[in-house]
Amino acid sequence: MIIEAEQLSRNFTVAEAGEGRGWNRLRRRSRTIHAVRDVSFTVERGEAVGYIGANGAGKSTTIKMLTGILVPSSGRVTVCGLQPVPQRQALARKIGVVFGQRSQLWWDLPLQDSFPILGAMHRQPESRWRPRFSELSEQMGLGPFLTSPVRQLSLGQRMRGEVAAALLHRPELVILDEPTIGLDMISKESLRRFLDFERREHGTTLLLTTHDMSDVQRLCQRILVVDDGVIAFDGPLTGLSEVAEARRTMVIDFVAPLDGAGLVLPPGAEHLGAEAEGIRHRIAFDPRLLSAAALLAAVSTSAEVADLSLHEPDIEDLVRQLYTSAR
Amino acid sequence: MNAYWELTKSSFRRHSTYRLAAVSGAFTNSVFGLIRASLLLSAISTAGGSIGGYSAVEAATYVWLGQALLTPLGLFGSAEIAERVKSGDIAVDLTRSVNLTASYWAQDLGRAAFDVLPRGLPPLVIGAIVTGLSLPTTAGPYALGFISIIAAMTLNFLGFFIINLLAFWVVEIRGYWMLYLVLMNLLSGFLVPVSWFPQWMLDFARATPFPSMLQTPVDILAGRTDVVESLALVGTQLLWLAVLLTGAHLMVRFGSRKLVVQGG
Amino acid sequence: MAEIEALDSTWVTNAKLLRLLISARLRSQTAYRGSFAADVAGQVVLALTEFVELYAILHNIPTFGGLTFAQALLVFAFASIGFSIGDLLLGETDSMSDAIRMGKLEVLLTRPLPVLLQLMTSDFQLRRVGRLAFALLAMAAALFLTDIDWDPGKVVLFIITPLAGAAIFGALFVGAGASQFWLVDGRQFGNAFTYGGRYVASMPGAALFLPMQVFFTFVVPATLVAYAPSLVLLELEGPAGIPSWTGWLGLPAAVVLWGLMLLLWRAAIKKYTGAGG
Repeated sequence: MIIEAEQLSRNFTVAEAGEGRGWNRLRRRSRTIHAVRDVSFTVERGEAVGYIGANGAGKSTTIKMLTGILVPSSGRVTVCGLQPVPQRQALARKIGVVFGQRSQLWWDLPLQDSFPILGAMHRQPESRWRPRFSELSEQMGLGPFLTSPVRQLSLGQRMRGEVAAALLHRPELVILDEPTIGLDMISKESLRRFLDFERREHGTTLLLTTHDMSDVQRLCQRILVVDDGVIAFDGPLTGLSEVAEARRTMVIDFVAPLDGAGLVLPPGAEHLGAEAEGIRHRIAFDPRLLSAAALLAAVSTSAEVADLSLHEPDIEDLVRQLYTSAR
Repeated sequence: MNAYWELTKSSFRRHSTYRLAAVSGAFTNSVFGLIRASLLLSAISTAGGSIGGYSAVEAATYVWLGQALLTPLGLFGSAEIAERVKSGDIAVDLTRSVNLTASYWAQDLGRAAFDVLPRGLPPLVIGAIVTGLSLPTTAGPYALGFISIIAAMTLNFLGFFIINLLAFWVVEIRGYWMLYLVLMNLLSGFLVPVSWFPQWMLDFARATPFPSMLQTPVDILAGRTDVVESLALVGTQLLWLAVLLTGAHLMVRFGSRKLVVQGG
Repeated sequence: MAEIEALDSTWVTNAKLLRLLISARLRSQTAYRGSFAADVAGQVVLALTEFVELYAILHNIPTFGGLTFAQALLVFAFASIGFSIGDLLLGETDSMSDAIRMGKLEVLLTRPLPVLLQLMTSDFQLRRVGRLAFALLAMAAALFLTDIDWDPGKVVLFIITPLAGAAIFGALFVGAGASQFWLVDGRQFGNAFTYGGRYVASMPGAALFLPMQVFFTFVVPATLVAYAPSLVLLELEGPAGIPSWTGWLGLPAAVVLWGLMLLLWRAAIKKYTGAGG
């Protein structure tokens, strides 16, 4: 077992600005927030686990407790056989951490300059980190921008650099906090492909938090759903992916108003309704039965399409749907 | 007019939430006051009673008033506006129906108004206890002093505003900001009274707006100058005000034009 | 083979790591050349105004706190050298509250190195050499102008004084940085001891009020940075609060202060991991 969390809880005391006018406003009171409550779970070596929940559900707090940034208020946690906070530096050599919103690269230096420093920080001789760096650089296609200063990289390029940096020392466990947030489709895909490869090839354990359903579908066999500080669901992904794939929505704007009944829809599609006086129509479809292209082709025969967009189901809704049905 | 008043009030409220900053600032200003008062008093006692027209208690008063007014007058400035210029957010400010300079000034006024009591009072109280203060007993100096403080605060605001606006033309203003801060701190009489300078430095300082930014309000408030002198000093402040205001106005105009041309 | 190397944690020596970290920092700093030049100039002018302040006082009086201009210049130079080195290495702890607010500290905490070491090297501000350069110049002038009766003891003291001074200011910066974990909005509090300490250190200690002489010698050892050792070098008697035998206390004071400030720093990190930013 690589992660063992037992009855993990974390409370915060926050100060609130006082109510009222004048000097009363200056008085503050404090309130206790239970960010994480009695969370217990284990992760086996080589697993890939998605840690999912709405903003403020307690994801980041849990991650901080796992990585040694935060002491639990109560409960026990062991990561790689170590206690995160007391053995923080020893743990740091066994795990890799990627914060989607923060950088651990040297901002003003060419991307490639960060790696010798990180290698040395992990006390690895060049003979050990250099081949690994070449491997990472090749797999993630860092080559074209290795000599650009990090501050000039696009978000996608930078995130690839961040992940390479976190994996340079061959960690047993990689914890990723929103690794794909804000990335374009191509960067997301190459990142996912790489992480999946890394896990299969080296048996690296992955734990990631995300808002993106596709991340979970591509990478994780198991999900942990946290809601309001407690684990609401822990189980295989199968159930979730069925729900997730079952319904996708296509929103189509037609050139001229159209009556919904006049649309010819192939099997697997369902007309949800019309807006804007019949210009905009919402159509749900099951991507396993019907491709978006086929749907569009079918619809185009009825009327001229001006614009369209595709919507995936909202992860929080799905999750809620899933665990309420699991109960 | 109402918009500016609202800006002032909201800025006052915003700063009133940083109480710890005010307390620690007052503490640090008081410690520096103790150090500076010691040094000046020691020098004056060596000189045999006075230097540059300052007796011991007058020099102490000068120090404590300076420490008290330091933050309200905005002698350390901020680089906030430069950040907005660099990020392009200044374009948003320019689209508002209010005057850019005036709206930032109104906010600075709100900050100054909050800073006066929590940051100004502690050094004065400590000064009164440790060294004693020599303050005027008539109302005149306080009234003129108040006007002079507003003028000095505005001058300080404009000085830093101009430095911040350099961000329209240069990538990084920190070096210029630093140079300005350092020269201003010296020539405003913040470190030692301007009249202690050797003649050549004194002449140089008087040719700059810097003494109007601190030395003038402190001297007027301490009652060191009579009515005529005080009025002349305030007049000098107003003159510099006109100069800096024109400079700031021109920079905003050409800077925003540049913004339009380059599209931010 | 690679496995064996990896097991030996001293394979990558601390010295090599430190060199890598510092050289990375230096290259970052000089990345924007124009601004870097202005920064260095700003630091030189800053040092210059500190000197002019002393000069503006001393041109009115023959001696200040019992020291002539040349003697005061020696004090000023010692203080400036010590401060600029301490500031160069640890001055960025002054912006600890920003690192806390912006989450930079979290990244530092997930690396297998002490946070303080990372902070020292990640924000090594090269522009501060401008100040050091001016300080060295002032020292050269002070040595030329003063009449020191050198003996081996004084040479030793002359060498250890700037190092002890750098260590004392470094420790004060660490303490100031640590205090910001509690006083996130109150970073100015620490300035009373760091920049206030610099101010006191660069002036003749005898010019201070007696209680302040004692405080800035035995509590915050600012006068031990420059004034007290200068008394020994110049063979002068100190004032009541700073007897001249304190001239040799700089190094021991630095050691004690570092011990205390490191304890404070550890408590600060503990506070952060306990309360969570």
